[in-house]
Amino acid sequence: MLKDQDRIFQNLYNDKGSDVTSSQERGDWVNTKEITDKGREWIINEIKESQLRGRGGAGFPTGLKWSFAPKEVGSRPHYLVINGDESEPGTCKDRDILRFEPHKLIEGCLIASYAVQAHVCYIYIRGEYFVDGQKLQAAIDEAYEKKLLGKNAAGTGWDLDIYIHYGAGAYICGEETALLESIEGKKGQPRLKPPFPALIGLYGCPTIINNVETIAVVPTILRRGGKWFASLGREKNTGTKIFCISGNVNTPCNVEEEMNIPLKELIEVHAGGVIGGWDNLQAVIPGGSSMPLIPKEKCETLTMDFDSLMAEKSGLGTAGIVVINKDQDIIKCMARIARFYKHESCGQCTPCREGSGWMWRMLERMAKGDATKDEVDMLGDVTNQIAGHTICAFGEGSSWPVQGLLRHFKKEIEKRNNLDPIVQKKNNIPYLVDQHLLDKKNA
Amino acid sequence: MSLRRPAKDQPKSFEFNASSLEAAKDILAKYPEGKQQSAVMALLYIAQKQNNNWIPLAAMKYIAKFLNMPYIKVYEVATFYTMYNLAPVGKYFVQVCTTTPCMIRGANQLVEACKEKISENECELSNDKSCSWMEVECLGACVNAPMMQINDDYYEDLNKQKTLDILDKILKGETPKPGSYRGRVNNEPENNRKTLMDLKNA
Repeated sequence: MLKDQDRIFQNLYNDKGSDVTSSQERGDWVNTKEITDKGREWIINEIKESQLRGRGGAGFPTGLKWSFAPKEVGSRPHYLVINGDESEPGTCKDRDILRFEPHKLIEGCLIASYAVQAHVCYIYIRGEYFVDGQKLQAAIDEAYEKKLLGKNAAGTGWDLDIYIHYGAGAYICGEETALLESIEGKKGQPRLKPPFPALIGLYGCPTIINNVETIAVVPTILRRGGKWFASLGREKNTGTKIFCISGNVNTPCNVEEEMNIPLKELIEVHAGGVIGGWDNLQAVIPGGSSMPLIPKEKCETLTMDFDSLMAEKSGLGTAGIVVINKDQDIIKCMARIARFYKHESCGQCTPCREGSGWMWRMLERMAKGDATKDEVDMLGDVTNQIAGHTICAFGEGSSWPVQGLLRHFKKEIEKRNNLDPIVQKKNNIPYLVDQHLLDKKNA
Repeated sequence: MSLRRPAKDQPKSFEFNASSLEAAKDILAKYPEGKQQSAVMALLYIAQKQNNNWIPLAAMKYIAKFLNMPYIKVYEVATFYTMYNLAPVGKYFVQVCTTTPCMIRGANQLVEACKEKISENECELSNDKSCSWMEVECLGACVNAPMMQINDDYYEDLNKQKTLDILDKILKGETPKPGSYRGRVNNEPENNRKTLMDLKNA
């Protein structure tokens, strides 16, 4: 288990309060000026050295992303946008950062803005988190009051304004370009890439977009050094991560742990074990609903990081672990996820808009046992028609869970759905079927 | 995509009142000059708040004029995002999360409770017109499942009886205490905490 002093989010359970004074006791805002005085190059290099990967799901190296921002500010201003549109089923880590560790996020915004030369930062929060957003707003107001934001923020000589922009219940706005569209006051429909937001983003200006958790760990990394962060976890999958363990466990919780921690340890130690015991485990969704599920056999030895989950044809995603035990109907669970994606598709690309509904309806029928045998393969075909044929990654996100179900639970589906639509010879209806096609002997 | 239709009975006109106007001006100051269209989402919220928790078409027209943008663009936004109510909802608007993480922990019990206490079908007003409920997609409190949202507040770690009690309270016009209903602190593992012990005991 990770040592307590190596945990970045000391106030994850709100033992201490989230105001400036108690945050300073935890080390926030202490020597922000010393950090920025070391210069942009140093900050970006240190983040590169820490091998921090984006915590929003895709796992893109953060230092590399920052280095894409133009070195000189031209006629267009730079923007920093923080993605707090946390809507992935199974994930609820950003909410705790917004309400309990807001100053880690705000200080991270200041340092990141300095590194990418932005004077304005927008924090996009999903509309449902209104109360948590208000808590963040209170923290921002307090930071302005203490001169940690605004002109010459925290004495660094850098001017920064932070504004909160509330979403309104659209999962797709968690996609970075849809999020930009949303801030611009349009429907949240993703843009084609390239051009990438680092060059043409918000209002056509260079924009760096990061997840809440990514930005919130930045100040601690810079204080304790990239090397410290890189020493946790394993190569290319470094540092700590907040895991959200939900579903059929005895004590569902959020917990910050080292990357590459065994899944079994997370479930048994922190989440109090599977309801009904480990043997009652059926499958685990390892990284939010978009990631293909993993059956019990593999859960024994699975470690939680980007690359080892990729090797299992799944992914770490947002590290929202949903544990499903044998009391649940796995097909029904996936049908409900398919309904989620059907509901949340933005409707821009036909394969996703139509396909997500098809997948849902087929899975609903399969859960009831009303589907025919050949529909199982047809469902697999539909998922392949969606994944990779859409503007954004929603296509993959909606079809991967279904593909995961087909990969590991095909037998279960086939057992339940053994209707055969083709009229067989035993029915012997000569007027309807060419008998010679069914039975070669008569040909 | 979800099906969203504006209500049949629409008020003729809509205008921001003084406090809404002030809030709208504060919002506009957040965005760069010439980019006032960015404020449309926030302004729709303000209109929704002023108009008993739903947005009539007249309000969309008013906001379009206010921000100097085409009406259809406001209509697009209002119909795209699901948190804008296009038809009247109750003063207490109950949203029950039924996505998989909540579903496998018994979200159907919450739905049953809503059916018993509020109305048989979702998006229908209760008998006293004060309350309505609907099923929604993931609300992002999965480790506190099953949960529901009433107006802005989250009610977590529920079961059928606790939901019935909460609904009883709101039908009486009281506001129950938000948060966990199993008495646990935030998102910590209930009675099983193994991390940050110094802070807990300090």
